[in-house]
Order: sequence, then structure tokens, then C-alpha cells
Amino acid sequence: MSARPDLIDERISGGTDANVIRRGLRLVRMYIGWHPRVFAIAVTGAATYALMTVASTFVLANVIDRVLEPVLNGRPATSSISGLVTVMVLVAVIRSLGIVTRRTFAGFTALRSARSLQRLVTNKYAELPMKYFRTEPTGELLSHMEADVQSAIDVLHPLPYSTAVALLLAFSVVALIATDIYMAIIGCALLPVIMMMNHVFTKKYEPVSLLAQDRIGQVSAVAHESFDGALVVKTLGREAQEAERLSGHADLLRQARLAQGRLRAGFEPTLSLVPEIGALALIAMGSWRVSTGDITVGKLAQFIFLFNLLAFPLRLIGWFLADLPRSLAAFQRIDAVLKTTNELPSPRNPLPIPSGALGLDVHNVHFRYDSTPVLGGVNFTVQPATSVAVVGATGSGKSTLAQLLVRLDDPAGGHIAVGGTDLRTIDPASRASAMSLVLQESYLFVDTIRYNITLGLDVSDEAIRNAARLAQADRFIDRLPNGFDTAMGERGVTLSGGQRQRIALARALVRKPRLLILDDATSAVDPTIEAAILAGLRSELSTTLVVVAYRLSTITLADQVVFLENGRITASGTHRELLAYEPYESMVRAYETSAADMADAGVDHE
Amino acid sequence: MTAPIADKVANDAHDHEESTRNLGAIAVLKRGVHESPELLRGFVLTAVMALSTAAGKLASPILISQVLDHGFTGGFQSRYVYTRVAVVAVLVVASWLLSQSTYRRVVLAAENSLYGLRVKLFTHIHTLSIADQSEERRGALVSRVTNDIEQLALFMEWGGVAWIRDTVQMLGAFIAMSLISGRLALVAFAVLIPMWPILRFLQKRMVVAYGNVRTGVGSLMSETSDFLMGSAVVRAYGIQDQSVKRVYAQIESVYQAKAYANRFSATIFPTGDLFGAIAVASVTAAGARWGFGWHVSFGNMVGFIFFINLFLEPLGELSEQFDQTQNAISSWRKILGVLDIPADVVEPIDGQSLAAGALAVSVRNVNFSYRTGGLVLDGITIELPAGSHTAVVGETGSGKTTFAKLLCRLADPSSGELLVGGFELRTVDPRSRRNAIRLVPQDGFLFATTIRENVRYGRDDATDQDVLDAFAQLGLADWANRLPDGLDTQAGERGDALSVGERQLVALARAQLSAPGLLILDEATSAVDPETDQALTIALARLGEGRTTVAIAHRLSTAERADSVVVFDKGRIVEVGHHEELVSAGGHYAKLYESWLGNTRA
Repeated sequence: MSARPDLIDERISGGTDANVIRRGLRLVRMYIGWHPRVFAIAVTGAATYALMTVASTFVLANVIDRVLEPVLNGRPATSSISGLVTVMVLVAVIRSLGIVTRRTFAGFTALRSARSLQRLVTNKYAELPMKYFRTEPTGELLSHMEADVQSAIDVLHPLPYSTAVALLLAFSVVALIATDIYMAIIGCALLPVIMMMNHVFTKKYEPVSLLAQDRIGQVSAVAHESFDGALVVKTLGREAQEAERLSGHADLLRQARLAQGRLRAGFEPTLSLVPEIGALALIAMGSWRVSTGDITVGKLAQFIFLFNLLAFPLRLIGWFLADLPRSLAAFQRIDAVLKTTNELPSPRNPLPIPSGALGLDVHNVHFRYDSTPVLGGVNFTVQPATSVAVVGATGSGKSTLAQLLVRLDDPAGGHIAVGGTDLRTIDPASRASAMSLVLQESYLFVDTIRYNITLGLDVSDEAIRNAARLAQADRFIDRLPNGFDTAMGERGVTLSGGQRQRIALARALVRKPRLLILDDATSAVDPTIEAAILAGLRSELSTTLVVVAYRLSTITLADQVVFLENGRITASGTHRELLAYEPYESMVRAYETSAADMADAGVDHE
Repeated sequence: MTAPIADKVANDAHDHEESTRNLGAIAVLKRGVHESPELLRGFVLTAVMALSTAAGKLASPILISQVLDHGFTGGFQSRYVYTRVAVVAVLVVASWLLSQSTYRRVVLAAENSLYGLRVKLFTHIHTLSIADQSEERRGALVSRVTNDIEQLALFMEWGGVAWIRDTVQMLGAFIAMSLISGRLALVAFAVLIPMWPILRFLQKRMVVAYGNVRTGVGSLMSETSDFLMGSAVVRAYGIQDQSVKRVYAQIESVYQAKAYANRFSATIFPTGDLFGAIAVASVTAAGARWGFGWHVSFGNMVGFIFFINLFLEPLGELSEQFDQTQNAISSWRKILGVLDIPADVVEPIDGQSLAAGALAVSVRNVNFSYRTGGLVLDGITIELPAGSHTAVVGETGSGKTTFAKLLCRLADPSSGELLVGGFELRTVDPRSRRNAIRLVPQDGFLFATTIRENVRYGRDDATDQDVLDAFAQLGLADWANRLPDGLDTQAGERGDALSVGERQLVALARAQLSAPGLLILDEATSAVDPETDQALTIALARLGEGRTTVAIAHRLSTAERADSVVVFDKGRIVEVGHHEELVSAGGHYAKLYESWLGNTRA
């Protein structure tokens, strides 16, 4: 099943309830509500286990009283030996089946809940606007997907067993009371002691263990940084200071671990002490009750057995309660993502995009990142099938503008029209097929080159090859071990920045875009190759072209140049016309000098 | 194109780690204890603790059998019963106290040895040669100091303790069972022994299944990360639906893998449980049938049943320990492997001090090769006068980066002489060397602190004013002022808050602070935006004034401006001379120059 977001109980993270346990239980109830049947089967298995466990101690009592005691004291057994032994084995088999059922279906409950959560997160990631990805580190988003989901459902793992333990406890208490009230009092007095100890221990241990976890993270961060900067550390001779820095953190970790260890050293032996003392008390009390004839020796043995059986599982209930807040916190982190609203709503009545090369009309466009204004009223128009170069210093807003043109974000003010239609009202699928943006660092997916060009679009091999040829990528792709089927990130396949850029360009070209936006998309490509690419674009594609560029050769090829300064267009016209404008002239010249100097460097020559 | 110095070199660290690969588990333990002698104490303490815990646990079944056999013969023997209960109670309490105090000492011994080992390992890694610290090895090295030590910690805190404690308990139960009746014990083990291979079989399958889960989770993560990192492309090309489908497919395969693995963990525990129950049933049946003839008393028979449970109790824990222990041993082996790699450069005692001012460099017949592999530098001889500016050019693998490395003693020549400021470099005091010879690496790594602190790392006693002056001297005062928080701006992890070019500016200011007499510059290969580029050009020129500089040049202008250009090819110097001379000579450099021109001025 795939749970829908409206299946999420809003009171878990949204409500005003401050009680963590109550909210945690709501979370558990929500998961169970998603997969009620598997959970019910798990609980049935748990109940079977509990019932059979108590039953096995009754059988044991009978075996001792009716078989072992008489036989070993030289008298005949009062019950059938083979009958009782068969029952013993039978009870054990059913009990084991109960455990298998419980574990299997508890697993299903947790795994299916995790899958549902992961699907919800995936759907959300698909619809969130670009802005979101700029502010949230990828590592964090990844951890919502796996680590947080696992923590959020962790509470489900001990749940059926905890249920089993609770049932076991109930059955045992009933059995104890029904058999002998004196023995029951001793047994029941000690059980809460064990529970209390567990509770206190968990409460004390949890913060120390979180602290240790945190400090492991710090040690790892120091090691990471220090080894990353090994060369700098060496050349500056800072080895001793670095060792000191690490040993400081390692010592803090040791302190936390010692605190953990001290707690365990106090707790673990005590945890086994209590049932041992309990067993002694039961022996003392029991032998008196045996001597008065109120209970049999079999019953005495049964009590001690039951008592031993209970001591360990009681810890489980503690674990469940300890897991609750952690799972709740993880779920809240996921829920925060699920609650993020999409700021780029799809148009209600989507309009198709007109055919042919597309004109572009940028009207009084404003944009800001958080509180930093980036664009402050940008105006320009581009006629269909012409080209415009956007030029400006670093941070002038060129890249932001390029991204607005394909609606990776919406302008804060003003509007952008493509083919005469406001971008916000255009059908998203139609927009994607008509317009392409190529970024300076276009991401290449960990898949084949073919996939990276088609991105799943159904196109012929010939069309792919043609796009690659136009992007001047066909020759180096042919030289790769598997040509177009070479996978990115494969051993031994390393592509230069320029080669990656050309694959990204082919990706845009295979779609025969009618508006093509290149954001510094050929910066790492050899200038001669770049010139060939641009020439090819002009002669073979009927497209409107917007290029954000540094290189003079690129700029001079454009029909029109717009000059961006501090988020506004301060000059526009042909390159020749703009050279009269001093800020433009000096910036273009600075570009040219540094470009000429970047000798063999970042540029690839195939 | 030249890779940064640090990862250029084909390294042989692997081979060293390999040297411990064949070490068996026992040998690893031996070596490990040799490195951390505290562990021996921990071992003895754990054994004491285990004995005392086991004594506590074995006491009550013994008591039960005694009470059952002698407590009721001829009426209720209350004195017999209560004195024995009291004796056992004292024993149990004593064992509890002893367990607690030894447990504490065990923890202390374990944590101290882990701490010591971690710091030792970290310190050792920093003494390794740059080749051993190369980029592809770095993740592994971090993992030694973190994950591997954590594996070891897990082992020392749980696994190792569990092995000793559980073995003692099982041994105790086994002895008690055999003492009661060897024949009954035989019956019990006849049932229990087949359980072991079955459990191990399931366990092995489970480990494989969980391995597949990990692989699946890895694929899910990389698919998701693709989806996230490519979010701009996904949106620009409107391929959300198909990307979601791809992630869904991975979610599904992780689900399937986990469900499969869950089958094993769902069966393993109940299997052991069932075998235990069958063993009890068999012993009961045997006891009922033959016990009287074997002279097994009733009390001992009941005690025997308790002992079976004591014997089986640790099995679940132990079978889990197997894999954890294997992990810990393999981590330990890797840690020892790193400690086995010898330190690269041995510093002199009472070394020479280099004079202030520009330093002359004299390289005479220097050869260099890594521990494995052929000659990287072959008979290098060159004189660099004090105050001269040299550009070093050559293809990747020509030896130019290794040459630069030797100049700042990141490694020593295999043979030949290398004199800086008139002294053999090996005899120069490390402090003096680090101040007087400064390498500016191309990646411009910065620590995650303020820019001010990063610059101050150049000279520990530098004041705030010195730092400001360094920026001013390089013409970078304006640049520094424009930073959001001035020099208190955080550089971010590895300096990520700054661009590559800006990081280099900080590295230059850091070099300026220590007033080196020999400056070695590994020029950045990546493109830098024009504004920063201009600042870099100016800063570099000023930093080089009055100093000897050696630049691994990637820029034409650097080579053009240099007093002399040294051309490396296949580990040898093939040409030396001024740019103009070399161009007209028509050799290696002229060819290089031509391809340069072709690329930039098309």
C-alpha cells in the first residue's frame, strides 16, 4: 500500500500536546493503522508465545511432581511419562512458531511503514521548489530518507515483543496468585523492582549515550578535517597541535564512555542479582510452603523458572519507552519536510506553448534570496530565433535570471513571458519540452551517457548521436569503453569538466528546444571547440538563444548583449555599441586577459 | 594538467596494509595487546568478573538440588535449608560486589587503551608520507581513527566481555551437568550438538542477506542523492515522475532485501529455543526412564534442568558475537597495518637554522623513487640563485610535483644532495624549515575556523596586526574588508565558504606572514573568476618580491615572467632557460607553448 499524506495524524507533530509518550503512542497507532492486518498477526504470535511460555512451566511442574519426584525416589510415576514429554515438546513447538510469527510480522509492520514513509518523502522531494534544495544540505535530505525513517519506525521493532512481555507478565501473575498467595507476594514484589531499575537505568543511560554519540561525531569531524588538510598540516608543521586537538576530543569521548561504563557496571550485575535474590527468597519461602504441604516441589521449581524467564524480557518494555521519544523526534523531522508547501504551484488552466522559435519578454523582474535582493527590476526582450548574451560581474544576478527563465523559481515581482504567454500559466510538460537550460555544472546522473542525454525521452539513436555531434561530444564518447552506454562513475571513466559540459549540452539539444538558455555552459570547453558548437547551433537549430558568458568570442557572436550590474540591466545593444560604455568595456577586457592566461589549466582539449 | 601534489603519486601504502592482511586472528590479538598493554590487565579483570558472575548464577540450582534432596528427608529440615540459603545469599552478594568493581576496572582499562590507540594512530598518520595520505586513501584513514576504533570499542565493551563471561558460564554449567551425571549430560549434548551447525548455517545466510540489505541501502542512497543533486536538471527537464519511479524501485528492492533478511533473524532465535526445550524434554525422559538406575537423585535431576538453561542462555548472545568479533578483528588488523607503515621523514636533533632573506637552492644529482616502483626523478641537477623566480613545467607524471615536494622536504631524495641556503635540507631544524620554506598548495585547504585563525596558522606568535599587515602587503586589504565579517568570517568546512580563488588568497596571506625565503607555489588549475584572478596576480607578484620562488606553472604568464623555465619530462630536466630562448630553441617547451597558444587564442 502507499499511504497518502492525509493519513498522517496531525496531532503527532502539529498539535499542542506536550506529552511525549502520548504523542509517541499516536505515532505508533498511526503506523498500525496503515498496516493493521500484519500487526494483528504479529500480536497473535506474541500472545501465543506468552501463553505457551506460561504453559511450559506448568508442564514442567507436572513432570517434576508426577514423574521425576516419584520415579527417582523409587516409586512409580503417577502420570504417563511419554504423554508429558510429548506435551513438553508440543508446547515448545507452538511457542517457537509463535516467536517466528511475531518476529516475521513485526518485521513486515516496520518494513512496510518505512516503505510508506520513504515514498512520501520521495514524492515531496519531487515537488519542492529549487529554493528548498539551495538552503538544505544534501546530506540532511538524504538522512531524512534513510536514517530518520529507520529511527521513526524503530519503535515498532520492540512493540510486539513488549506486548508479549506484558501478556506474559499478566499470565504469570495470575498463575502465581492462583497457585500460592505467599509465593505470589514475593514474586510480585520483586518484579516492580526490576521494572523500576530498568526505568531508572534507561533514564540515566540515555543522555550519556547521546553524549557519547555526539562526541564520536566530533572526533570523526576532527579526523576528517585534519587528514583532508594533511598537506597544509605538514607544510605548516602543525602535527603536534592537530594531535592535541584530536586527543582533546578523544578524551571527552573517553569520559562519556567511562560514564556509560560506570552506569553499566552498576546496573548489569544488579540486574542479575535481583532474580538471584528473588530465587533465594522463593526457595526459602517455597521450602516452608512445601513442608506445610501447601505447594509441591514442582510448583516451587515452576516459580523459580517463571521468575527467571521474566527478568530479562522486562527490559524490553523499558527499551520500547526509551525508543518512543527518539522515534517521535525522527518522525517530526520527516513531517517537517512533508509539510513544506510548494511555492511553485502548477497552473490551474495550463496553456500550451506556441510553436516555432520562442520570443522572450522579461518584464520588471525582481528576485531575492531570503533578504538579499538579487534582481531589482530586469527588463529586456528577445525576438524569436535571435540570440542574446547576458554579461555581468560575478554576483550580478546572471545565473538567477537564467534559472527564472525556465521557472526553477518564480520572480518575486514582475513577470516573464515566453512566446507571449506568462511562464506561470504554461503547462509544465509543454514548458519542459520547448525550453532547455544548461548550467555551468549540470549534474550528470550515475547512469549511462545515453540516459544522461535522453533522460528517459524516447528518441532514436540517430537523434542522440546528432545531438552529441552538435555538442562536439560524439568523438570523445566514441572513444570511451562502451561508447554511449558507458556509465558515469564507472571505474576508469573520468570525464573532464569540458566533456561533462558537452554531455549536458547534448541533453538539451536532443530535445530540439525552441528556447535554449546556456548559463556559462561551455566555460570549461576549449575555445575552438566552443566556437564550433556555437556555429553548429546557429546553422542547424532554429532556436532562440540566451547565453550567459565570459568569453569574448561567445559574446561577439550574439545578436544582442544585455549588461547586468547589481541586479539591473544598465546597458544593452550589440557588443560593438556597448564597448562605448566604460564599465562594460573594462569588464570584458579583464575577462579576456585572464582567459588568455588560463593556459593548459581547466580547459580540456579532448 | 597536473593533479595536486597530495594525490598525484601512485602510492604504496596499500602494500603495507597488506603486510598485516595475512595475520591470523590470534596473531592480531597478540600484536594488538602488544600495542595496548593495558588490555592484558583488562583480560585478567574480565576473567575474574566472569568467574564471580558465574558463581552467582550457578549457586541457586545447586541450592535447589540440595534442598530438594536433603531438606525434606525426615520432616522439614528448616535449619539445613535456611543456613544454606543464607550462605548462598552471602555468596551472591559477594559476587555482585566483586562483579561491579571488576566491571568498572574493565571499562577503565578498555577506554584507556582505546584512547591511547586512537591518539597514537592519529599522530602516526600525520607522520606518513604525502603519498600514503593521498586523496583516495584519506577516507580510509579517517575510517581507521573512527569506525575501526569504534568496532574495537564495541568489541571490548560487549563482545570480548561476552566471550569470556559466556564461556565461563557455559563451562561452569557443563561441569556441573557432567558431575551430576555424565550420561544425562551425554543425552543433553546429543540433542544440542546438531543445533550448532544449523544455527551457524542460518547465521551465515543471514550475514549474506544483511550484506545485500546494505548494498541495497547504498543504491537507494545513491539514487536519492542523484535525484537531489540533480534537482535543477530534474525540474528544468520536467522528469519528476520518472525520477520518482527510479527511487521507488530502489525503495522496493531495499524492502524486499530486508524482508528476506528478516526471515533469518525471525527463525534463528526460536530455533535455539526449540532445541533447548527438546533437550530438556529428552533429559526428563531419560531421567525418568534410567535416572534411578544411574543413581541420579531427584534434587540433582531438577538442578540438571536448571543447568541446561544456564548452559543455553549465553548461546544466543555468543552466536551474535561471532560476526561482531570478526569485524573487530579485521578492524584491528587494519589499524595495525597503518601503524606498520614507516614514518617518512626523520627530523634532525639540533638542526641548522636557515638565515632570513632569499634562499639559494642547489640540487645535485638527485634521484627519487617511492618505496615501490621505479625512478620518479632521475639525476636532477640544478642551481636556483637566491631571489630568482623559476617556473617548472611538464606533463602529468613528468616529476615536477615530486621535485617541488622534495624542496620543502615532504619527502627525502633517495640519493643525491639537496641544499637550501647552503645547508643540506635533512640537517635543517624543522621549525626553521617550515618558516623559511613555504609551499602554497593548489587546493587552498582551509580549516573550519575564521580566516584570521587560518592565516595565523602561518606563524603561531602573530598578532592581529601582523595578520592585517600580511593582507595589506599583498594588496588584499580591500578584499578582506569586503568579506561579510571581515577577517572573522568563517571559512567553512575545508574552506567551502570561499571560492577556490579566494582560498588561495588566504593561503598566500598565510605564507606572507612567515616571511619565507623560498616559496613553492602549486598553481591552481581550475578557472577563477576575473576579479579574484586579478587580486591573485597582484598578490603573487608581491609575495614573490625579494624571495626565491618556484612555481609549478599552469599559466602562460607565469612562465613568461619567470627568470627561467625548467622543463621536466619523464623524471629528467630536459630544458632550462628563459621563455624566449626556449620558444626559439624549438624543443619540448616550444611544443608546449604552441599547444597553449592554440587553445587560448583560437
